[in-house]
Amino acid sequence: METVILFAPLVGALIAGFGRRLIGEAACQWTATGLLFLSAVLSWVVFLTLDAETGRVQILRWIESGSLATDWAIRMDRLTAIMLIVITTVSSLVHLYSFGYMAHDDNFREGDHYKARFFAYLSLFTFAMLALVTADNLVQMFFGWEGVGLASYLLIGFYFRKPTANAAAIKAFVVNRVGDFGFALGMFAIFLLVDSINLSDVFAAAPELAETTVGFVGFEVNAANLVCALLFVGAMGKSAQLLLHTWLPDAMEGPTPVSALIHAATMVTAGVFLVCRMSPLFEFAPNVLVAVAYIGAFTAFFAASVALVQNDIKRVIAYSTCSQLGYMFAAAGVGAYPLAMYHLLTHAFFKALLFLCAGSVIHGMHHEQDMRNYGGLRRRMPYTFWAMMIGTLAITGVGIPLTHIGFAGFLSKDAIVEASYMAGAPWGVGLFWILTAAAVMTAFYNWRSMFMTFFGEPRGDKETHEHAHESPPTMLIPLGALSVGAVLSGMVFFAPFFGDDKDMKPFFGIPHEVSAAGGHGDHGADDHGDHGSDDHGDHAADVHDGHADDGHSDPAGHGGPAQRPGEGAVFFGPGNEIMHAAHDAPTWVVVAPFAAMLIGLGFAYLMYIRRPELPAQLARNQRHLHLFLLNKWYFDEIYDAVFTRPALRLGALLWKRGDGGTIDGGINGLAMGVVPFLTRLAGRAQSGYLFHYAFAMVIGLGILVTWFAVRGA
Amino acid sequence: MDNTLSLVTFLPLIGALTLALFLRGDDAYARRNAKRVALTTTAATFAVSLLILVRFDPTDTGFQFVEEAEWLGGFTYKMGVDGISILFVMLTTFLMPLVIAGAWEVEHRVKDYMIAFLVLETLMIGVFCALDLILFYLFFEAGLIPMFLIIGIWGGANRIYAAFKFFLYTFLGSVLMLVAMIFMYAEAGTTDIPTLMNHPFGTEDFDILGIHVSGGVQTLLWLAFFASFAVKMPMWPVHTWLPDAHVQAPTAGSVVLAAILLKMGGYGFLRFSLPMFPVGSEVMGPFVLWLSAIAVVYTSLVALAQEDMKKLIAYSSVAHMGFVTMGIFSVNQQGLDGAIFQMLSHGFISGALFLCVGVIYDRMHTREIEAYGGLVNRMPAYAAVFMLFTMANVGLPGTSGFVGEFLTLMGVFQVNTLIAVVAATGVILSAAYALWLYRRVVLGDLIKESLKSITDMTPRERAVFAPLVVMTILLGVYPALVTDIVGPSVSALVERVETARADVDGVARLALGGE
Repeated sequence: METVILFAPLVGALIAGFGRRLIGEAACQWTATGLLFLSAVLSWVVFLTLDAETGRVQILRWIESGSLATDWAIRMDRLTAIMLIVITTVSSLVHLYSFGYMAHDDNFREGDHYKARFFAYLSLFTFAMLALVTADNLVQMFFGWEGVGLASYLLIGFYFRKPTANAAAIKAFVVNRVGDFGFALGMFAIFLLVDSINLSDVFAAAPELAETTVGFVGFEVNAANLVCALLFVGAMGKSAQLLLHTWLPDAMEGPTPVSALIHAATMVTAGVFLVCRMSPLFEFAPNVLVAVAYIGAFTAFFAASVALVQNDIKRVIAYSTCSQLGYMFAAAGVGAYPLAMYHLLTHAFFKALLFLCAGSVIHGMHHEQDMRNYGGLRRRMPYTFWAMMIGTLAITGVGIPLTHIGFAGFLSKDAIVEASYMAGAPWGVGLFWILTAAAVMTAFYNWRSMFMTFFGEPRGDKETHEHAHESPPTMLIPLGALSVGAVLSGMVFFAPFFGDDKDMKPFFGIPHEVSAAGGHGDHGADDHGDHGSDDHGDHAADVHDGHADDGHSDPAGHGGPAQRPGEGAVFFGPGNEIMHAAHDAPTWVVVAPFAAMLIGLGFAYLMYIRRPELPAQLARNQRHLHLFLLNKWYFDEIYDAVFTRPALRLGALLWKRGDGGTIDGGINGLAMGVVPFLTRLAGRAQSGYLFHYAFAMVIGLGILVTWFAVRGA
Repeated sequence: MDNTLSLVTFLPLIGALTLALFLRGDDAYARRNAKRVALTTTAATFAVSLLILVRFDPTDTGFQFVEEAEWLGGFTYKMGVDGISILFVMLTTFLMPLVIAGAWEVEHRVKDYMIAFLVLETLMIGVFCALDLILFYLFFEAGLIPMFLIIGIWGGANRIYAAFKFFLYTFLGSVLMLVAMIFMYAEAGTTDIPTLMNHPFGTEDFDILGIHVSGGVQTLLWLAFFASFAVKMPMWPVHTWLPDAHVQAPTAGSVVLAAILLKMGGYGFLRFSLPMFPVGSEVMGPFVLWLSAIAVVYTSLVALAQEDMKKLIAYSSVAHMGFVTMGIFSVNQQGLDGAIFQMLSHGFISGALFLCVGVIYDRMHTREIEAYGGLVNRMPAYAAVFMLFTMANVGLPGTSGFVGEFLTLMGVFQVNTLIAVVAATGVILSAAYALWLYRRVVLGDLIKESLKSITDMTPRERAVFAPLVVMTILLGVYPALVTDIVGPSVSALVERVETARADVDGVARLALGGE
């Protein structure tokens, strides 16, 4: 069954990619979509019937060399299963949605057959993504990792006539390659240290790595830290974290369904998945975990700040994605892997929903993406309006405080904020404030989009507004399905991801009884499922100190190792009690994200409904700040000046001066001198002469060999 | 005695002789017949070589299909293949029919052209099979002549310059090798390669002209061979002949040059430098690793600046060969497996890329990147094929390009992490130059008036590309096809080198920041 899930999209991609002439465009689209729905149904079956044991399905041998032995194989555990349902569900809905969205596209001309190609790329992407999450060794994961990069490249540049789309596609691929560079080095380091890159061997060796030092580029470093840091560079690239984020906003050049699938719900979460997947290793690399958490938090803050002022509806959501991924990394960084996955799951639903809604608006508005030209659209697109409303309620985290009732983001995001606070003073508290500040901005920019798009008076081109229309059913059905997810996924999956041990641990296949005996007496087996209702006040803040400081290198101090690395889908090092501690967050911490949401909403309401002239005034008064945000903190400009242009200049220099001047002219001056001389000797340089030279060479060679042979005899 | 190997080697030569002796005239029929004879001959050669592959026993790490005969004056004719060389023979026989089919549109001195390629094939196969020093040298050097003619007669405007540059570089390198070979014969009393591979050449340090030579005779011999092979590879900084040669060579010549001729350097390192001078290799190893790492970064950067398609791909070839030398001189299973894999894979990929250039060159008669743009509008099949090989060139997992880069980098990482890090940046740069090239040539709107009537690939062109597409993906998905054959021989080689080094303790490696 797992094999069918994995390969159905590949078959779909091949049929859609090469079968158009044979079976026609529509049949291609339906085949690809049908196969994906099959994949999705089977994924849910797998998800619901998964047993605790980690499964393995061998498919084919792959790279083998000496002690290196890798296979194409499927690893089935809870982490894989979660990713399977996220990927196949969103992907099948996006396939369906694309029927409507791609029906007519002004970027193409009469006679262009782009639809089958589009579906082929979508399915190809899905296959690569599935290969990534089902990998049982790092190289196969790398296959998926770069495979999704390829699909992303092809889809961002799908409008191949648009120069901006082509530029964005290359940028995405190259920036991702920077991350992949780290990932690859991480693999090499793992192989050097463990002599295997199969996940189970790597996990088993994790405690040993924490004790090992290894020389790297002339430095002596801790092996676990080194490996995790390198892998995390890969994660930063794929998940568009700060420093390697610049490709994601540009990736919005692709068709909107692509943005929903690849650049919101699935591919960009691969980095989060990687960190969770490698949790047995990361748990032994405490320093890297702190970096993960902080880079995540800073990204959450940075991206949200940029989203405040963007006017392109898709760019706002792109920065929002970047920001939400930051939350996930923050969760993973404090050791709360289930929470990272929880947010990954809920985010997939509501972010895909938001993107598809944006797509629906763009479709209805004839490819207008500037929100300054929207306004009052709720009357013309009621379904889209309500779907987007649900998405906004979900992402901003609307719910009933101190209960478990609320939209998806309310449960998952708030849990992360709580966990960050409990991660131990002072670094956890710092995280908490950054994330809460980001939550204020999240609410602001999302409501801003809502207000600018659907409320107020129509702005911009009158004609466009008059022809604005609701989208066809193929587009609205996926909106409906994702809305259900955005409303319910938080509540339905609360217990297994953030419930108490008896719910959470079996779900992730972690041995239950043993772990309950671990460390910190009062956080052991007690019932902490009561989300935030009991206030443990002050002592809770430093509960996780041990986790941060000694980094589990001292299992004895925590009452024996609770879980062996590799057991279960995620791993908690000895002393990692964050999942318990997070339940003990003080009430004010629990309420904080909700309050942040209200503040953001309030400002947005004030600035875009009550006094619409305010934003312009503010932009004038705070011109530098506004420009700073509008230009995305000038990252693109800086990179261009520091990397891109110098590389090109250096290339030209090495070519003209290095190859042309020094090597040809200096070191090999002989050749340069002799060649023209011989060329002149060749007189008129007629090709007929060449035979004479060749003949002379043969003679010379013959004499040489004869002399050699005769002398030898 | 089994003569299959000789049959494979000399079948193309027989085809060439047939053409030379029996084909008369230069009308359309004669030209067509010349091509047909060449195609049939190369196809038959491939078929016979398959017989060798099928009967080859990978578990036997010695030489197989060995033929030995006395020739004039004590000169021995000895041929044979092992796990390292057999796949190069296969690469050659596999590619030659495609090269001939790719050159179908040539109309200038067709008969001579075909003869040149057939002779070249015999010489190339001979290089990979020869088990006698003199025989090897003969094949190795004689191979220059047909290539020299191919560039010099059928090349572009500046072909004479390029042909001489090509010839001089490679020939000057080999002179040193010849001197070393004479010395080896004097020392060991034999020209038999398998015997020489087990001959312990001196490792006593000594001084010449005040320069201390660590590793003694071995280091000097190593350097002499290195001069020849490094030019052939080509390694930075003796690579500058390659871009010129490629640019001026006709498409088929470029394909053979990149896909097969360059591999002779790598093969030479594997057959001579490592097994015969293990200590010399140890002394000079870090030096080669650094040259390779520089090559990868330097030529990738230079590739970014190119305006001529063939030059860009030529520089990209130099970068990819950097991975090969790096893998070889990390002297471990992954590095060597990777190096051989990379050479084979590069044979398919670079061959295909030069053919890709050929396809549009045949139509537009220019290699200027600027002259193109938006080809996908009229040439979707071409765009797809070019995309595949661009990605393979970039080393996307799932294509053969990945396996070689991955294994060589993994091999180097075990020896020196800094070099691995430097070389791995090439992975980023290659993505940049390859995708940028693709964008400028294939993507965008079709605006240029001259391109408005360009046509997509013909069935013949598709047929040429199909086997390359299959091999690139097949080896990427199931590399065991190669590693199963190569693995045992490589592991025997690694063992031999390590034993030889263990016998000699304490040679000073060239201090270049090795860890």
